[in-house]
Amino acid sequence: MFDAHLIKDLPDFKIDVAIKAAKGEVSVLFGPSGSGKTTCLDMIAGLTLPNLGHIHMGENTYFSSNQKPCPTEKRSVGYVMQDYALFPHMTTEKNVQYGMKSAQKSEKALALLDQFGISHLRNAYPHEMSGGEKQRTAIARALATEPDILLLDEPLSALDDKARHDALTVITDIQRNLNIPIIMVTHNWTEAEKVATRIYKIEQGRFI
Amino acid sequence: MGEISYGPLMLSIKVAAIATIIVFLTGTFLARIFARKNFLGKTIIEAFFLLPLVLPPTVVGFGLLILFGKDQFLGKWLYDYAHLQIVFSWIGAVIASTVVAFPLMYQSASAAFKQVDGKLEAAAHTLGASKWRVFRTITLPLAWPGLLAGFVLTFARALGEFGSTLMIAGYIPGRTDTIPMAIYFAVEAGDMQTATFWVIIIVALGFSTILWLSWWSNQNLRRFTVKRKGGAPRNV
Repeated sequence: MFDAHLIKDLPDFKIDVAIKAAKGEVSVLFGPSGSGKTTCLDMIAGLTLPNLGHIHMGENTYFSSNQKPCPTEKRSVGYVMQDYALFPHMTTEKNVQYGMKSAQKSEKALALLDQFGISHLRNAYPHEMSGGEKQRTAIARALATEPDILLLDEPLSALDDKARHDALTVITDIQRNLNIPIIMVTHNWTEAEKVATRIYKIEQGRFI
Repeated sequence: MGEISYGPLMLSIKVAAIATIIVFLTGTFLARIFARKNFLGKTIIEAFFLLPLVLPPTVVGFGLLILFGKDQFLGKWLYDYAHLQIVFSWIGAVIASTVVAFPLMYQSASAAFKQVDGKLEAAAHTLGASKWRVFRTITLPLAWPGLLAGFVLTFARALGEFGSTLMIAGYIPGRTDTIPMAIYFAVEAGDMQTATFWVIIIVALGFSTILWLSWWSNQNLRRFTVKRKGGAPRNV
């Protein structure tokens, strides 16, 4: 079970939200641009720290006001950023392998590439791929670390209709097969409704 | 033209190589720290780093003489405790080249690090990578073209350094006669043939250095910035 209470002062407003997500659930943060959605994901991933509150993932405490925060690299969080942040100097296969620790990471990476239908792109660099292919690579890379929670920041915003439909299928497949909490950020209501177990409407840092 | 000693060539390469290594390491380290951190006085310190770029080399040389002169505090200390004489020695030439070339490396490295998208480093952290691994596998490779450009420019600048080297190292044949010194004093002695010889050597060195940099950059940058014919490569 994921449980977080995030409080953070931003220049224009204050974020104060409580998010819960059980295994296999997709919690969607829905709201307009600049409402603090991505900052919430950054706090969960440890890229920025809340001023107060807590972040618990199962037994693990990632953040608590009264103790030293868990560094990003020690959190078991898969994070797919809005523009995917694929490493431009690495091939698809190397991108997916980056976070893997096991000795057989080559076989595991190939299996993941296969699962996401991008094994034919294993030697391609990010600039040689379409938006949908980049998105699938980014999700495969995030899942390669076998995270306890998956964060998706506007994963469909850069895709055309066909790729968006395919990507929605990918997300629901992950939800069904991996049984981990997923927190997705979007400003598109239709997308939110299609995948969400629960939807949090956020505006100016608060749920409405 | 009498018989030419290749001493100036060897000394120039030795001085430029040592200065380049020192400048590359310190410039890269400082640029990395300054690129991502903001603190009080940062602008003033950066202006100090870049000062040798705008000062006449003789002024830099004068400053070094004040610092490292045999009767000055630092120079005296180095001589007494490490038996190092900076003035009128090839070490003085290395220090002069280091100071004069440093701003070029710092500027190149600073621009290179600022160009690296912080999101990529953040993404690597979320994948479990430590700070050192992120630097080694993400920051450094992406900043490498800029760092290499700085390296080459530093080497070229150090190779051609004259004014401040003359001030601190002087012209002692066989000890501090780098190529630029050899050219200047050959012209002064009316030996135009020797001067021309060294001019050709230093132009060839500088030109081949820049040519190599352009070739290398093209080869390595194309790999992950230019689409291959026929689109993305398929699985092999």
